[in-house]
Amino acid sequence: MLNVVLSIFLLACIAPHLYRLLGKHTGLVLALLPATLFIYFASQLSAVSQGQPLLQSWPWFPGLGIQLSFMLDGLSLLFALLITGIGTFILCYAGQYLQGHPALGRFFLFLLSFMGAMLGLVLSDNLITLFVFWELTTVSSFMLIGFNHEDSESRQKAHQGLMVTVLGGLALMTGLIMLGMAAGSYQLSDVLQQDLTGHSLYLPMLILILLGAFTKSAQTPFHFWLPNAMAAPTPVSAYLHSATMVKAGVYLLARLQPSLGGSEVWLLTLSAVGALTMLTGIFLASRATGIKKVLAYSTVMALGTLTMLLGLGTEKAALAAVTFLLAHALYKGALFMIAGILDHEAGIKDFEKASGLRKLMPRTTLVAVVAALSLAGVIPLFGFVGKELLLEAVLSGSQWQLGLTAATVLANIFVVLVAALLAIKPWFGQALPTPKPAHDPGWQMLAGPAVLATLGLIFGLLPMLPDQYLLNAAATAVYGQPISGYLALWHGINLPLMLSLGSLVLGLLLFRFWQPWRKLTAVVETLSKAGPEAGYNKLMAALVSFAAWQTRVLQNGYLRNYLLTTMATVVLLVGWAMLRLEHFELNWQFSDVRVQEAVIFLVLLTTIISAVVLNSFLGVVALLGALGFAVALIYVFFSAVDVGITQVLVETITVLLLVLVLYRLPEFRRLSSTAHRARDALIAIASGTVITLLILLVTASRSMEGIAWYFLEKSVPEGYGRNVVNVILVDFRALDTLGEIFVLALVAIGVYAMVHLRTGAKPVTNADKRLTAEQKRQQSVKGEL
Amino acid sequence: MTTMMAILIGCLYAAAIYMMLRRSMVKLLIGLILLSNAANLLIFTVAGLERGVPPLIAKGAETVVGGSADPLAQALILTAIVIGFGVLAFAVVLLHRAYEVIRTDDMNEMKGTD
Repeated sequence: MLNVVLSIFLLACIAPHLYRLLGKHTGLVLALLPATLFIYFASQLSAVSQGQPLLQSWPWFPGLGIQLSFMLDGLSLLFALLITGIGTFILCYAGQYLQGHPALGRFFLFLLSFMGAMLGLVLSDNLITLFVFWELTTVSSFMLIGFNHEDSESRQKAHQGLMVTVLGGLALMTGLIMLGMAAGSYQLSDVLQQDLTGHSLYLPMLILILLGAFTKSAQTPFHFWLPNAMAAPTPVSAYLHSATMVKAGVYLLARLQPSLGGSEVWLLTLSAVGALTMLTGIFLASRATGIKKVLAYSTVMALGTLTMLLGLGTEKAALAAVTFLLAHALYKGALFMIAGILDHEAGIKDFEKASGLRKLMPRTTLVAVVAALSLAGVIPLFGFVGKELLLEAVLSGSQWQLGLTAATVLANIFVVLVAALLAIKPWFGQALPTPKPAHDPGWQMLAGPAVLATLGLIFGLLPMLPDQYLLNAAATAVYGQPISGYLALWHGINLPLMLSLGSLVLGLLLFRFWQPWRKLTAVVETLSKAGPEAGYNKLMAALVSFAAWQTRVLQNGYLRNYLLTTMATVVLLVGWAMLRLEHFELNWQFSDVRVQEAVIFLVLLTTIISAVVLNSFLGVVALLGALGFAVALIYVFFSAVDVGITQVLVETITVLLLVLVLYRLPEFRRLSSTAHRARDALIAIASGTVITLLILLVTASRSMEGIAWYFLEKSVPEGYGRNVVNVILVDFRALDTLGEIFVLALVAIGVYAMVHLRTGAKPVTNADKRLTAEQKRQQSVKGEL
Repeated sequence: MTTMMAILIGCLYAAAIYMMLRRSMVKLLIGLILLSNAANLLIFTVAGLERGVPPLIAKGAETVVGGSADPLAQALILTAIVIGFGVLAFAVVLLHRAYEVIRTDDMNEMKGTD
């Protein structure tokens, strides 16, 4: 399975080059790979349906216990088949939909990377690899939503999707690490063997994981990013934002249900959030007029339904969830591609402008009607089977049975309305003029929706087909135990059927009054100004202004402020640590001082103080020279002859350099106010005191022998030299010395460049000179005051 | 002697930081010189002060007889002195050049990005 995932990423890398070679046929050629993989996964059907998950593992970071391990059980297989199957059609479709787009090669790159990431995600048997693939889907989704990156709105929406899902991803990572810690293993197959609902970390990890899943699967209140993600080209919406990526959150919940599900809080949170999302989504769908918007909101509704079903956690709910998921992927994929066809072949993006296209696009009409009937849950389509199971699961749920059933039926009424909009509005009735001459698309674009819609019909007529080979195994993986239920088209006349029929009638009635309904609920437009999206925008604006504020404060452009902050922090932290020391012993003795050392000490002290207070430049340079030579004497006194010699040499050159270069600079001026000077002096004295104390502490409590003995011992036998310092420099630490030579060479080049290469320097204009002269006069006036 | 050195180094640091906090760039430079001296002395003192035992090995001997000052600290300081000089030379020329272009030595007027 590693090869499967890698092959897609590999193809993604060469896709742009292939596009240059193959031109407009690229999509079809690229589709060969997912088609092959689909066949590979389909060949695993019988083994997996017997209840034998396929496990494969490669070491990745063996030291950290992270393995590239893959697991193929019913749930993974269901997703893998959807990803490769729909992916095949999407590639064919996109090749024609975006034909001639200058960046089509890049588009294939992103789309295939997404496919690889999504496959990796559903096949991962390791929590860490799962997370890596999870984030890869986020990144590739960002690239795809922002594909038309010249459009600022597109960029903004891509950014929004990224921020929301990355935020959740961050929470998810923490949650998954907690999960791994709680289970004692990062292998999913190990984790799933354990029931972690009683673990002390259960609640925090559940919250974090749910945050990740809810943001990814656009649950309320994070639902707003999904309709906005429709800024992506339609093939992307059809693939990522209906059939695959947004279901990653649902996948995660379904995957972890055996370990985390079943508790009161799981049931409560998932059912409540799921039901709320379901109602929010479908309500907003019934109000929208953009075809893609309607589909996006109804996807939000489907994701909510799935979350609710997973929350129930019963055997029936597990079966209903996987069935509903498959049915939804089939009809929603088809409907999205039809929305794309309407846009591409007739220039229609809005329901209000579409009518009577049936004669011009007969084949598209047929496919759209079949898919929409499945969405509505009309017998004998697969959507009907899904909806029956959904109602049965909700009715047999243990708690809030009534509330959830009412919510589901209510949602279903609106689903019928949406389905009717899709099945009737653009096709039947009086023909309206279209922006482009309408016609049926080529087979590459029609094949996908046609096959998906037909599958919806076949699976509806023969529900035992998907049940036996796939859905039973998938539901088993979700439930954690073998499932006894089965799929059937006809359950007899019972309560779910009645509810289903009732919602059908009411939904059609509502369709009749669609426009009045939209007017009636127009108040939502004003309400949405205070909705989650507005909150998100405010949060982002606040984040940006906070960043600007803290940059202004911290990066204020004054070197001395940086220095002041740094030193104050050091003084406070080190001082605080010193105060907390239990054993505070200072090396405080003057008895061993010799006369010559005391003289040098006094000389140095005088030099330092004079250098600070003296107001003449040449005087200070002379003092610095004196200071340097006195320091050299200290080195010589205390057995560091070589250092002393070097210091004398360097000090001589330094004084020369300072005199030669700096005599052209102005004399010292008094620039700071007295208050500033006092503050700086305070900080400086505090820093000096801390350093002194630090030295006294360290020298009093030296507990370990240094490594000097090594160099003293090895100098002659290994370095063949008797001056140990020299041997260290040119032998033991020769690389350091080489680095030092490099630094000096760089300095030489830099100095040469600054002195001799004067091109590009900004000449000082006369106006500038006048300005600085004016400033100087002002400052000297201030100084006199 | 360590105590006296500690006091001396503290004074050097205080003077260096005070000078670096000034607005004049020449004073900044002087602060830099003081700081590099202070840091070198810090390493030297913390490694241990020994009188009259340079890390030199007598002819014919395999290793030092009796005690020796820490050769590693000395090697480090030697490197630091040279690097410090490199930095100083660069800074001196840079500041001089900056003064030529902007015609001021007030750091407050050098906070723009161009």
